[in-house]
Amino acid sequence: MSLTSDDVKRAAKLARLGLTEAETTETLTQLNSILGLVDQMQQIDTNGVAPLAHPLELKQTLRADAVTENNQRDKFQAIAPQAEAGLYLVPRVVE
Amino acid sequence: MSHITDLSFSELKKALDERSLSSIEITSAFLDRIDALNPTLNAFITITHDEAMQAAKDADALISKGSGTPYTGLPIAHKDLFCTDGTLTTCGSKILSNFVAPYDAQVVSQCKNAGLVSLGKLNMDEFAMGSSNENSYYGPVKNPWDTARVPGGSSGGSAAAVAANLTPLATATDTGGSIRQPAAFTGTSGLKPTYGRVSRFGMIAYASSLDQGGLIAHTAEDIAHGLGLIAGHDSRDSTSADQPVPDYTQTLNDSLKGKVIGIPKQFFDDRLDSAMRQAMNEVLDVLKSLGATTTEVSLEHVAESIPAYYVIAPAEASSNLSRFDGVRFGYRADSPSDLMDLYERSRGDGFGSEVKRRILIGTYALSEGYYDAYYKKAQQIRRLIRDDFNRALGTCDLLFGPTTPSTAFVLGEKTADPVAMYLEDIYTVATNMAGLPGGSFQAPLINGLPTGYQLTGRAFGENVILNAAHQVQTVTDWHTLRPEGV
Repeated sequence: MSLTSDDVKRAAKLARLGLTEAETTETLTQLNSILGLVDQMQQIDTNGVAPLAHPLELKQTLRADAVTENNQRDKFQAIAPQAEAGLYLVPRVVE
Repeated sequence: MSHITDLSFSELKKALDERSLSSIEITSAFLDRIDALNPTLNAFITITHDEAMQAAKDADALISKGSGTPYTGLPIAHKDLFCTDGTLTTCGSKILSNFVAPYDAQVVSQCKNAGLVSLGKLNMDEFAMGSSNENSYYGPVKNPWDTARVPGGSSGGSAAAVAANLTPLATATDTGGSIRQPAAFTGTSGLKPTYGRVSRFGMIAYASSLDQGGLIAHTAEDIAHGLGLIAGHDSRDSTSADQPVPDYTQTLNDSLKGKVIGIPKQFFDDRLDSAMRQAMNEVLDVLKSLGATTTEVSLEHVAESIPAYYVIAPAEASSNLSRFDGVRFGYRADSPSDLMDLYERSRGDGFGSEVKRRILIGTYALSEGYYDAYYKKAQQIRRLIRDDFNRALGTCDLLFGPTTPSTAFVLGEKTADPVAMYLEDIYTVATNMAGLPGGSFQAPLINGLPTGYQLTGRAFGENVILNAAHQVQTVTDWHTLRPEGV
């Protein structure tokens, strides 16, 4: 399977990743070479093999549904690019 | 006595125990050496002089009162993807170039609680994606054995810093070989613990089902000390294992008589370089002389571990790295025209090219219509790989092989071809897919450059790996060799 430059642009859009035209062209070649490597997987017969998400298949533990963290909003927002009155600021979304 | 910075973590511990050195003497000796050599090696991104000297002073006060821990006052440095409250954490990326984490990673807290003195934060491939440390926004790390060569990656700063005696112990992480490969390239010992052994809380995620924190040091004994400090269950990491933490130093001197070492035939096929084969045979001879026996085993699907890894890891990365959006922390592009522009330019300018490639591969593999062909297929192969390891480790105690196909390559040699770089990890990736512990330890030099052999154990069998490596280190001197000229 080979990608086109439209596929790269579509993936970049989905990933919210700005690419220049030059980057798109270079990336296309490299991604196709990586997918060539990835396609070696297709040689393996995996019929009936259950996918493995985590190697040790440990059980997830549950904790009591109680608050365990302190509110540190001010500390967290102190490192934001732009925050005001407890809110993160972004460009206007609704006119 | 040799110079302070020549001493291993265990030797420094002894010196502190005997009060022949103070933490201030040790800390200032390492800081001086970092100041002298870091301009050449670029192993540290941030050096925390003042905090380290203050911590050393506090440690000496505790020691004099007899109220420290067995590790109070010993130095460490952290890979720059472990969050440190109040100190820059960049993850090797421009997008986190201004990120001062508001909390400590669990590993950092554990080291602090044990009284260790942090010297600073270590360079790495951006978001731990790379095998050469050339993907860092802060410039490549140089291999102290030959500064024209790479130190390996992604924990290249950790490995180079230990190799050059800039710190006796360093934290590191390993998603597909990022502890073991740089350890092999720099003549250091490195251990990737079992998945879940060490908390990932505050460890910036690359591929969450594969990432594991570990250590790089001069010896297996040093790692045994360090692992006891950072292993253990953490309720803030739901994948951390609730398993008891043994004293890893207690089993270092166990005999290897009766131990069976499995030799995966796929690691020793015709493609293995002849000098590397000879180096591996020398190590095997030592293991046999210590009483171990060997048996051939098969890891049938090991060749497919790289293709499957380059689906699973990028897929998880594309999801994990979506949090870097220029809104809540980190780099934000100048004057965004709208929200989409803010996201696209902050991420487009903030991430380097390898990170972008992996985000795009992962996004593509997870996009509608491709799930069965890529992600599901890769997870099925992952099970086959895991089953291979379990079958092999049913007949032996440890698996043995080379850590890398060759010694450290020259800077720039593989940057133009991502796939060539990916194949560097052919011997290491499968261990992560299986979630097992793996260590790389010093083997004989080839043409004056370090090599490493790899031991892979059963889940939570770190003590078995460290025991075997320590026994080899008691009768060989490969781990005592240091780069000349630095």
